[in-house]
Amino acid sequence: MRRAGAGRRWLIYGGFLPFLVFALFPFYWMAVTSLKSNQEIYGAQQIPLLVRQGMTLDHFRYVLRETLFTRWMLNSLIVSGSSTLISAGVSTLAAYALARLRFRGSQFFGMAVFITYLVPPTLLFLPLSRLVASLGVSDTPWALILTYPTFLVPFCTWLLMGYFRTIPREMEESALVDGANRMQAMVRIVLPLAAPGVLTAIMFAFTISWGHFIYALAFVSSNPQKMVNIGLATELIRGDVFYWGSLMAGALLTSLPIILVYGFFAKRFVSGLTAGAVKA
Amino acid sequence: MPRIEADVTIPESPGGIAAETSLRAPRISPWKPRAGEERLAYVLLAPAVLLLASLIAYPFLTSLYMSLTDRRIAMPGRFVGLRNFSELLLEDEIFQQTLWNSGLYVVGAVGLKTVTGLAAALLLHGMTRGRPVFQALLMLPWVVPASLSVLAWWWMFDPMSSVINWVLVNLGIISRPIRWLSDPFWARSAIVITNVWRGLPFFALCFLAGLVSIPRELYEAAESDGAGPMASFWHITLPLLRPMLGIVILYSVVMTIADFEIVFLLTRGGPRNSTHLLGTLAYHVGLSGGRLGEAAAISLFIFPVLAVVAYFMLRAVRHGAEVS
Repeated sequence: MRRAGAGRRWLIYGGFLPFLVFALFPFYWMAVTSLKSNQEIYGAQQIPLLVRQGMTLDHFRYVLRETLFTRWMLNSLIVSGSSTLISAGVSTLAAYALARLRFRGSQFFGMAVFITYLVPPTLLFLPLSRLVASLGVSDTPWALILTYPTFLVPFCTWLLMGYFRTIPREMEESALVDGANRMQAMVRIVLPLAAPGVLTAIMFAFTISWGHFIYALAFVSSNPQKMVNIGLATELIRGDVFYWGSLMAGALLTSLPIILVYGFFAKRFVSGLTAGAVKA
Repeated sequence: MPRIEADVTIPESPGGIAAETSLRAPRISPWKPRAGEERLAYVLLAPAVLLLASLIAYPFLTSLYMSLTDRRIAMPGRFVGLRNFSELLLEDEIFQQTLWNSGLYVVGAVGLKTVTGLAAALLLHGMTRGRPVFQALLMLPWVVPASLSVLAWWWMFDPMSSVINWVLVNLGIISRPIRWLSDPFWARSAIVITNVWRGLPFFALCFLAGLVSIPRELYEAAESDGAGPMASFWHITLPLLRPMLGIVILYSVVMTIADFEIVFLLTRGGPRNSTHLLGTLAYHVGLSGGRLGEAAAISLFIFPVLAVVAYFMLRAVRHGAEVS
């Protein structure tokens, strides 16, 4: 009996090892490459899996000083921050109404949120690029602050509807009985209880906007206006052989905020992931 | 046998797929119209409705119209009826190739994600200690934005210094380097591998949530009836996991067919258009080539897939509501 238990354990943890290697190796490789000298990155005849000729921070220095990296980071912060806050606000109100209030058409609106949640940005980037151009905001952060909520609002609303439903209705009803109106009940009772849910929504929305690709690529084209992920993917590549080190350094620096947030909130992140942050 | 519903609620945060309950009819049954409540609901919904109508519904309608014209950038364009669609389907070889690529990509990537995601979920489920840590580590590819992590894959597939080739050669698995991004077969494999890498955690996590909700007594009963692990898997795990499998697969089909950045970053659709998906081709034709009408028609081919998936997902959710 004991032996069988040990064999089973070996099978499970041993079997999981390939999954771990598969999941983590690209990040490891990113880090290792960013710390190697160019000579070592492109040198033949050695074991590439470790840094063997001394670590260097040259690539990080290059990215931070010789490119618009810090400017792109700032753009990303501004765009992701604004669109996240707008979306979280709009979604919290909508989710509360859909989860808690009785009104004609609530089924219809719930379904509409679900369907817009499924609409992939790839389907809309062409007409949206025309819309953005006709509003005169192409190539400015506004093009993205305006369009990111198209995928953030359905996502956050969906997530928050689920969250509002877990808050016991009785608490609200007792406030109503005590003479508060709906609005007061929402602001004083439900919203404070929903704070963890709203925080989760904010975290996800920020991550999704931080990494969002197609709108950022299509609506903004001048170098200083780019989001950091687009800047890295398009400006550090010049057909020149010696860019991988700085590209990996940049990608690492840009992933870091997300990984840190994830580290702090891993549990919430993992349990909320089923929310389908697929659109990132 | 108890029916495990697709909307297994995951503790802590009942988001997304776990939040399917949201679509169900409100529990408080006799509908008592309260004027104030209804007005408040419309006020609260107004910003979201305004935003979604002007930035999703309206653009969608303009793209429908655009697809019926021969519009180019900076030119008004004439109404041409369904000509864009018929030309794409009947004459455009690159488009036909793209449809075929998309089919291969979706079947390959979603199929592999289902199998590997289920395997990872079963392993995690069987763990007695350390599960939260392993689970958190497995999630990383999902957490880090693809537009950044795919840069690492791009470098790993580099024609000159691919580390994957180095490992495979040194393990004696291959004798010559694989031409990852320049050979059509390997380029397709590369984008599928990258997509699987990115999506596996999501599959594993959803399946794990499903596994956790299967009552342990069922397995114990099966065991005392003499059923082995394989029999339990086929007769208990799989049937009870089916609603979850269905929802995750449907959802992933839409997201995979509409994928953009993996292909854009790794191959830009090449070699010889063998990896173009609808999104990358529409980008190429519309924004790089300026043929807006044609590009709108191309991206609209995502729509039928979206419609079918939305229909089945809604039905699954409704069905769940009736049972409960």
